[in-house]
Amino acid sequence: MTPQQEEPWLYEISSKRKLIDLNLKEIWRYRDLLLMFVKRDITAAYKQTVLGPLWFVIQPLFTSVIFTLVFNNIANISTGVVPSFLFNLTGITAWSFFSFTLNTTSSTFKANAGMFGKVYFPRFVVPMSKVLSQLFRFGIQCCILAGFYVYYVAFENIPLQPGLYLLLFPVFVLLLIVYGLGLGMIISTFTTKYRDVSILLGFAMQLLMYISAVPYPISALQEKASEYAWIVDYNPLAQIIEGFRYCLFATDNLYFSWIGLSWVGALGILLLFIGLILFNRTEKTFIDTV
Amino acid sequence: MSKPILKIENVSKQYRLGYVGTGTLTHDLNRWWHRIQGKEDPYLKLGSVNDRSTKATENYVWALQDINFEVQQGEVLGIIGKNGAGKSTLLKILSRVTTPTTGIIKSRGRIASLLEVGTGFNPELTGRENIYLNGTILGMTKKEVDAKIDEIIEFSGCEMYIDTPTKRYSSGMTVRLAFAVAAHLEPEILVVDEVLAVGDAEFQKKAIGKMQEISRGGGRTVLFVSHNMASIQNLCTRVMLLYNGTIDKIGTTDEVINYYLKGFRNKDIKKDLSERKDRKGSGKLKFLKFWFENHENQEIGILQSGMTAKMVLKILNTSSEELSNIRISVGIDDSNASRITLFSNDLTNQPITFSSNEESIVKIKIPSVPFQAGSFHFTLFCSIQEVISDWILNAGTFDVEHGDFFKSGRIVEVNQGNFLVPHEFNK
Repeated sequence: MTPQQEEPWLYEISSKRKLIDLNLKEIWRYRDLLLMFVKRDITAAYKQTVLGPLWFVIQPLFTSVIFTLVFNNIANISTGVVPSFLFNLTGITAWSFFSFTLNTTSSTFKANAGMFGKVYFPRFVVPMSKVLSQLFRFGIQCCILAGFYVYYVAFENIPLQPGLYLLLFPVFVLLLIVYGLGLGMIISTFTTKYRDVSILLGFAMQLLMYISAVPYPISALQEKASEYAWIVDYNPLAQIIEGFRYCLFATDNLYFSWIGLSWVGALGILLLFIGLILFNRTEKTFIDTV
Repeated sequence: MSKPILKIENVSKQYRLGYVGTGTLTHDLNRWWHRIQGKEDPYLKLGSVNDRSTKATENYVWALQDINFEVQQGEVLGIIGKNGAGKSTLLKILSRVTTPTTGIIKSRGRIASLLEVGTGFNPELTGRENIYLNGTILGMTKKEVDAKIDEIIEFSGCEMYIDTPTKRYSSGMTVRLAFAVAAHLEPEILVVDEVLAVGDAEFQKKAIGKMQEISRGGGRTVLFVSHNMASIQNLCTRVMLLYNGTIDKIGTTDEVINYYLKGFRNKDIKKDLSERKDRKGSGKLKFLKFWFENHENQEIGILQSGMTAKMVLKILNTSSEELSNIRISVGIDDSNASRITLFSNDLTNQPITFSSNEESIVKIKIPSVPFQAGSFHFTLFCSIQEVISDWILNAGTFDVEHGDFFKSGRIVEVNQGNFLVPHEFNK
């Protein structure tokens, strides 16, 4: 029995931890669980409802109608060539993907405390599953969006067509995930100890939407209230929402710059890393403080 | 020599006492500041020993301290200790729910716990969907569940409702289904926590039976936590006794259980009665002390059903006369304060006398302790010529653990009364 012959340990549990300890091999082993969580999120949400998955599309459609009424018909915000309804639907689809991702991942620890307190599985599976189920929902909403797009172009003869920038579409979707997941994980670690954060989050998200260029193009703000334009200029989310619309419509009244995209991307990756580090530290001990 | 499948080195766990409130932020910041400077966590030096009954002197407590042990492949290790000794904390660390504050745990196999029933059950999903969900949460793959689903459904006895959402289930059905999933896990190391058995009496019996069956089944490494000394004796090859967060003793089953029953760490032992003020009577004879001894006249703190034990009384004659015609009795009450039996020299018709100013020892032998596992109170009484001399109501309590009363290896369920009667069946 020499130490060299000793079989390696399957795993070690220790108080010491690496900064980022994302065991992808282990997550792969739990892939069935990941899919099971996604399935649960999607099916359980609309069980015992008559309209079922239709609820996925009703919410953005109604919000778009109300936004069109308030911001475009009453407040007279111009959306240029793009029909106001289509403009709002685009913004809301992107925004709700981001905000749902953030909301559900930020409650990872609080909502699953009972389960986390009893069994071990890689905790990162939970936020991952939230992202995937939101992505599914987002996919359905994108189909509706595409439907309206085609309708406006074909039947209302609106001169719209996506350009080469459409290729950036996946980049913007990825950015929405990176920001939603990154911020969500950061917030989730604070909610375990300080419940104030989850109270704050509810209305912060609402306010954030208004300064993230969801119901208006950035150009409209610069025109009408240029002294406040910095709020939106330095808001990465506004850049993403506007960019998302730009890659679909590519009209002159929408704003896009490569420099903007690069700093937004860099910041997003930074947030994701901070989120992973914090999440990693919290997952190991949060059960003692929750 | 077989190699250890599980190795625990210097494991400690610190908890913060009281509310996690405003103080946490400053402590967090202080801790963070120390870490940046590359210093040790300042709060690790603090911490009281985990002793529930004393008032904490610090804000931090060590739920576990310097735990070291190894588990060999195929071993059934029993873990015993009073409530709050650190058993659950240890299990939580082993099942990776929380991390130790210091130390390291090395394992060669997956650890799963048998009684984490119903974790992650979603009331909106059907029984079948929940089996898959619960199974994968507990670490099975979808394939493994596929292979066992029929068996699980059959064991649960919920076949008729398997495609109905579990929110329509009775609570009993939910527990049955959940336990059925847990019972079909096949991890390398199984943690069985009998202390956590839930459900109605019938289900508890079934669950404990299944747990014992699994623990007995050869080759499986099992960590078995129980308050039931008799099942520990039946199943375990080695036992670990935890006391206030440290390993008090680890060794062969008999060794540790004997040590535990002697109860050296039990503070209630050797009840000093001389200072008691709530006593009645003339005081000519006075109870000074009360304790238990085993058949070898060794002092013990905890009794076990079926063992030979002696109640020992130290009595002082405060008068300068010789006393006779004395009645000494010990009344035993159960935890509901109702009298269950009486020991008295009046009943056995054994006269006792005391010489003047003498301290004497009186022993009452019980050939086979007839009490079921539980806590009991006792009342001490003595009279001289029918005049009360000393009478202490509720003089103290003692604990009884399960034991092999019938010498058959069988244990009486806890809910079957608190008294055992020797008997035999004839046909």
